[in-house]
Amino acid sequence: MNEGGKKTIKMLSLAVLGMFFFSFALVPLYDVFCEVTGLNGKIDLSPSRIVESDISEGRDITVQFVSHNNEQMPWDFGPSDEVINITTGKYYTATYYVKNTTSKAMVAQAIPSVAPSNAAAHLKKLECFCFEQQILKPGEEALLPVRLIFDNELPDNINNIVLSYTIFDVTEDNLDELASYMHEHGEDHHSMGS
Amino acid sequence: MSAVIESHDDHHHGPAKGLTRWLFTTNHKDIGTLYLWFSFTMFLIGGAMALVIRAELFQPGMQIVEPEFYNQMLTLHGLIMVFGAVMPAFVGLANWLVPMMVGAPDMALPRMNNLSFWILPFAFLMMLSSLFMEGGAPNFGWTFYAPLSTTYAPPSVTFFIFSVHILGASSIMGAINVIVTIMNMRAPGMTLMKMPLFVWSWLITAYLLIAVMPVLAGAVTMMLMDIHFGTSFFNAAGGGDPVLFQHIFWFFGHPEVYIMILPAFGIVSHIISTFSRKELFGYSSMVWAMVSIAILSFVVWAHHMFTVGMPLAAELFFMWATMLIAVPTGVKVFNWVATMFRGSITYETPMLFAIAFVVLFTIGGFSGLMLAITPADFQYHDTYFVVAHFHYVLVPGAIFSIMAAVYYWLPKWCGNMYDERLGRLHFWLSFIGVNVTFFPQHFIGLAGMPRRIPDYALQFADWNMVSTVGAFLFGASQILFLFIVVRTVMGGKKATPEVWEGAQGLEWTVDSPPPYHTFSTPPEVK
Repeated sequence: MNEGGKKTIKMLSLAVLGMFFFSFALVPLYDVFCEVTGLNGKIDLSPSRIVESDISEGRDITVQFVSHNNEQMPWDFGPSDEVINITTGKYYTATYYVKNTTSKAMVAQAIPSVAPSNAAAHLKKLECFCFEQQILKPGEEALLPVRLIFDNELPDNINNIVLSYTIFDVTEDNLDELASYMHEHGEDHHSMGS
Repeated sequence: MSAVIESHDDHHHGPAKGLTRWLFTTNHKDIGTLYLWFSFTMFLIGGAMALVIRAELFQPGMQIVEPEFYNQMLTLHGLIMVFGAVMPAFVGLANWLVPMMVGAPDMALPRMNNLSFWILPFAFLMMLSSLFMEGGAPNFGWTFYAPLSTTYAPPSVTFFIFSVHILGASSIMGAINVIVTIMNMRAPGMTLMKMPLFVWSWLITAYLLIAVMPVLAGAVTMMLMDIHFGTSFFNAAGGGDPVLFQHIFWFFGHPEVYIMILPAFGIVSHIISTFSRKELFGYSSMVWAMVSIAILSFVVWAHHMFTVGMPLAAELFFMWATMLIAVPTGVKVFNWVATMFRGSITYETPMLFAIAFVVLFTIGGFSGLMLAITPADFQYHDTYFVVAHFHYVLVPGAIFSIMAAVYYWLPKWCGNMYDERLGRLHFWLSFIGVNVTFFPQHFIGLAGMPRRIPDYALQFADWNMVSTVGAFLFGASQILFLFIVVRTVMGGKKATPEVWEGAQGLEWTVDSPPPYHTFSTPPEVK
C-alpha cells in the first residue's frame, strides 16, 4: 500500500466517523431549525421570561384549546374552556382538567403543539403543566394551569390559534419518581387544585 | 460467477482447494463470485416472500396468511431485496470488474474485502432468524418508521438493529475498498476521465455509501437507545419527535436509492455501446450527470414525506429540487438513445436487458416526476402507485441491469458462452412478467388502493389478480436464469478473450476465463 492509499483510507474513515456523528447532530439541528423557523409547531418546554409589551398595540385573537389522549392513556383530560378570546401582549391563564380514572398511581407528561406552526415562536409561557410530569393517585383530579401570552409580533394573518396538548402515560419510564412521590405523599390524601 | 477457475500449472498462486479457498480468499474474483451468489440466494428468498404477498393479494379477503405474518413478509421482502440482493450484487460486480477495468492486480484492501463479504451472511441470518422468534420478525415496513419500530415493535427488533449495523459496516468497508482501489491503483495513463463508466459510477456510489451508511447506523442506534436505554429521540412523550426519524431515515434513504441505480447506469452504458458498435455518446456528460444526480440526492429527501405536515416553502423546495434530478437523468437517457442511433445494433441478451432498462427505467422515472408534484403526492402517497413507481426503477431498473451485466460478463468470468436462445427466453419471460406485475399497480394505485395492507376493496380485485399472475411468471423465470448460469459455469462453447465483437475495456484484453491473478504488471493505457 503506497502513501496515497493510506491517506485515502484515513480520509474515508474520518468521513465515516464524521457522518455517524452528523446523524446525531441532526437531532439538535432539527430542533434548532424548527425553533428558528417556527416550523412544526414545536414549543419550548421551559418557562420563558416575562414579556413586557404594550397592551394598547395588541389585537384580538381567538385561541382554541384541544386535548388528546395518546394511545390507551385512560385519564380524563380536557380544557376547562375550549375557546378564549384574548388580546396579544397580555397574560392569560387557562386551565386543563385532569383525572386519574384508574386504580393505580400514574405519571403523565403533556406535550404541547401549536397550529398554525408559525405562531409557535410568538407564544410565550410563563408557567405550564407541560413543563413537568404529573403524578396522580388513583381517582385523584386536578386543574392544571398554563399562563401564556402571544406577543404583538404575531403575524397579521393569524387570527385563530389552536393550542393542543397530548397527554402520554410515562409511568413505566418513571417508576423511581413515582415511588419517591408516593413515599413523600403516602399519608396525604388531599387532591390538588380541586 | 464462475465457481470453476482452472489453476494453471505454470502459475504458483492458484486458488486454494476446498472450502477454505472461499472462507479465506482475498482474491477479488473469488469475492466477487461469493457476493454474486449470495445476492442471488437473497434474491430468491426475497422473491419467495414477494410471492407470499402476491398470493395473498390474488383475491380480496384474507386467504393464505395472517395479517401479522403478511406485515413481516412485506418488511423482510423490502429489506432483503435492498440490502441483500441489489446492493451485494453491485458490490460483487465491482469486485469482479473494477480491478480488471482499471488494470489493477486486485482490490486495494483484500483482507478487508474478505471481511466485508463474510459478515453479510451473518447479518442476514440474524435478520431472518427473527422469523422464528417470539413476536415474529420485524413488521414495520422496510422504512422502519418510529414509533412503529420502537414503541410498537416486536422484541426481535434488536436483532434487526444489529443486523443493520453489520450490513452497514460491510457496505462501508466495501465502499472504502472501491474508492482506494480506483483512486490509487489505476494503470499508468488511465486518467479519471478515461475511466470506464462502470468504474465512474461505482466511484460515485462508493462516496454516497460513505456519506449515508453511517447515518443509517446512527438512526438504528437511536432506535436502540430509545428501546433499551430510556432515551427519547423519537418518543414524543419524552420531548422527542417521530417526524425526526423520517427526516433522518430519508436523509439516508434517498441517496440509498441512487446507490442502487448509479452502478446500473454504468453497466448499461457499456452494454449499449458494445452492441451498437459505437463509442458511447457524450462520455463526459454521462460522468457529470452522475455526479450531479449524486449531489442532488442529498437535498430531496423530504419528497418521501410531503404529507407529514411541512411548511409550504419546504414543500416547494423539495418539489423543485426533485424535479431538477430529471435533467441529468434525461441527459443520460438521451445519450443512451443517441449511442444506439445509427448504430449497427444486434440484440443479444445483455442488449435486450439494457434496452428494456432504458425504456422501463424511464417509465419509473416519469411516475417519479408525477409523485414529485407535491399536491398530487397527497393523493398518491402510500398507494400502489408508489409501489409501481419504485418497482419500475428497481426491478426492470436495477435488477435488469444486474442481469444484463451477468450475461455480458459471465463468458469473461467463466470462459463459456451462455445459451443465447435460453438467455433471450429468460429475457422475454422476465420482461413480460415484470410489466404484467407492476403496470396494473399504477391503475389500482391511482384508484386509491393503499400499500402495505393485506386486504383491499372489491374494485381492485381484477388488476390484483393480473398482477399476481405476472409476479409468479417473473418469479418462475428466475429459476430459468439460475439454470442458465449454472449450465454456463459448468461448460459450453468456449469464449474468446474479447467475447463480444468490438467490446472496449481492459477486461477484454485478458483470457476468458481470466487467470487467477490479472494485471500483476500494470498495462499501459494510451
